Amino acid sequence: MNLFRRKIPLAPLEYTRRTSMRIWVGLVLFFLYAPLVTLVAFSFNDSRRNIVWRGFTTKYYEKALNNESLMTALGNSITIAAIATVVSVVLGALAAVMLWRFRFPFKAAWEGALALPIVVPEICMGVAMLAFFAKLDLPQDLAWPLNLGQITIAHITFCFPFVTMVVRSRLSSFNREEEEAAKDLGATEWQALRDVLLPHMKPGLIAGALLAFTLSLDDFVITFFTSGPNTITFPVKVYSMVRFSVTPEVNAASAMVIALTVILTSLALKLQSRMGALAQGH
Amino acid sequence: MSDASPIISIRNVTKRFKGAPSPAVDDVSLDIMPGEFFVLLGPSGCGKTTLLRMIAGFEIPTEGQILIDGQDMALVPPNKRPVNMVFQSYAVFPHMTVAQNVGYGLKIARMPSDEIDTRVREALELVKLDGLAGRRPDQLSGGQRQRVALARSLIMRPKVLLLDEPLSALDAKLRAQMQFELADLQDEVGITFITVTHDQDEALSMAGRIAVMNKGDIAQLATPSDLYEFPANRFVADFVGSVNIFEGTLTLDEPDRAAVDCPGLGKVYLNHGVTGAHGSQVWIALRPEKLYLHVPGEGKAVREAARDAPEGHNFARGTIKGMSYLGDITLYEIRLESGAMIRVSRPNLSRRDQEDFTWDDRVSMHWRADSPVVLLS
Ligand SMILES: Nc1ncnc2c1ncn2[C@@H]1O[C@H](COP(=O)(O)OP(=O)(O)OP(=O)(O)O)[C@@H](O)[C@H]1O
Ligand SMILES: [Mg+2]
Repeated sequence: MNLFRRKIPLAPLEYTRRTSMRIWVGLVLFFLYAPLVTLVAFSFNDSRRNIVWRGFTTKYYEKALNNESLMTALGNSITIAAIATVVSVVLGALAAVMLWRFRFPFKAAWEGALALPIVVPEICMGVAMLAFFAKLDLPQDLAWPLNLGQITIAHITFCFPFVTMVVRSRLSSFNREEEEAAKDLGATEWQALRDVLLPHMKPGLIAGALLAFTLSLDDFVITFFTSGPNTITFPVKVYSMVRFSVTPEVNAASAMVIALTVILTSLALKLQSRMGALAQGH
Repeated sequence: MSDASPIISIRNVTKRFKGAPSPAVDDVSLDIMPGEFFVLLGPSGCGKTTLLRMIAGFEIPTEGQILIDGQDMALVPPNKRPVNMVFQSYAVFPHMTVAQNVGYGLKIARMPSDEIDTRVREALELVKLDGLAGRRPDQLSGGQRQRVALARSLIMRPKVLLLDEPLSALDAKLRAQMQFELADLQDEVGITFITVTHDQDEALSMAGRIAVMNKGDIAQLATPSDLYEFPANRFVADFVGSVNIFEGTLTLDEPDRAAVDCPGLGKVYLNHGVTGAHGSQVWIALRPEKLYLHVPGEGKAVREAARDAPEGHNFARGTIKGMSYLGDITLYEIRLESGAMIRVSRPNLSRRDQEDFTWDDRVSMHWRADSPVVLLS
């Protein structure tokens, strides 16, 4: 049998079979995940100081969950993310359909302007938002959740372009004849939109929503510039706690958020892969 | 038929796409009668789909008028037109099951759901898809998807069914079967069919009338046999079937006889006059099956056989340069004495007929005086 065994040549980027590549991949994975693993591991460490392993405990999770200001911040973050997601999906989908479907003057300029929040450095966005809201001088002492309006608006501005990008790429695989077939069978414009275009867009809408949600949930820079003393979000709160010391409590809280984002992101990826399979199906 | 009014009337319709150098459909006028099986035939890009889409309402004519059942369609949107279309890409709805696809139009029309179920079952039976009602389109083959699209339109019982290459994805056997089904169906429900195809065999076998299109124009509108036997110009002669075309000069043109001098083929004698000839430059179209092959020794017999023209004998000599055995016929490529090539087909009437001739054999051929078609353009 050995006579017939040939050595299969190495492909240029075959990570698993080339030693140098294996080392490279190992290093990348190490620097990427070691900090995260350490953070999660030490959230279970039975010690005030994050240096040596003293034993397993979940008490810091209890402590974090009982920390009222931390929980308020988490509540704020989730509320903002939820509202920003809904608004971003609607706005983003509308923008995507408009850009895909119609031809109008200065279309290229519109497209560029839409991508701006994605490419402009966050710090600049943050400063711009700060100046903008200072000029606007909105009332600051509104009841919850209206007091989150400022941050929510800021989040929508940088979330919805991502939704537009995802939905737009989904739309480009749409066969216009499907819509025409629906109309040919008697459907009005709106019925065709509801029965044919929306179902086609759905995976894009869900993926866009998850993207917007996670982006909003963990945003620090822009939020930092637009939040007031009573509207702390989770990332901002964690930052302020870390300024005193990195306690296992912070680790525990961060681990919870990591879990949340990992779950949501994997959901988004799964949907996107299904989207790809669907697009290839016809 | 003569007193019936056309179900579809296309009057001087032109469609110019923005930025396109020439119109996709150029001043086309057509009348299609109720119950007719009408076929649009032409090479890729000649404007067949565009014409069909204008009838369905998806493209607006740049100029001209389209009437369906006597009504001007200019302001009628696609969903209000009494026609249905089967798209070239099938356009089945990927997120709906086969049954939902087929029942969609009736659902939009708010038909009660039990009635929809019955009609869907009937329609699926008609296209031989019963049993696949619960499948999704991505679990179907191309031909099955095409039949879903067909059923989805048929179920609407339109006055006119527009079919854009409806059978292109089917295998030969199923295609023949569907051709019969379509013809039967048409007898049964009396729908008018307008079918687009670039498959001439399909067109010839199915159509009542065929419009051959070329670059947005109608090159000829005729029944299948007229199209084949009396092509109006070189384009049609060449596009429909296989043909030998020789350029020549009309040297004689009387009511009962004519002669054409072709440098490639020699003198061609006809037993009828040429109508409408105004120049002397003409083309002779001679189909491969209308030529008879002989071995050289039979020279006299050839002359005898070719004596049906008043003015002379229709024959030529050459050498066999190519041969392809196709089972029912054998096709020969022959180099004439002038150097021009001619194609001759010969039926294999007995089982060893293909052995009569071989490469580099010198042969004679003759044809009847009414076989060549004189083309003026
Ligand atoms: N939306 C459009 N915009 C610009 N040009 C178009 C458009 N649709 C069709 N055309 C052009 O019009 C011409 C006719 O197209 P059409 O689709 O009618 O061809 P067809 O006869 O159906 O060809 P096929 O057999 O390949 O389907 C082509 O040259 C095509 O490029
Ligand atoms: Mg076409």
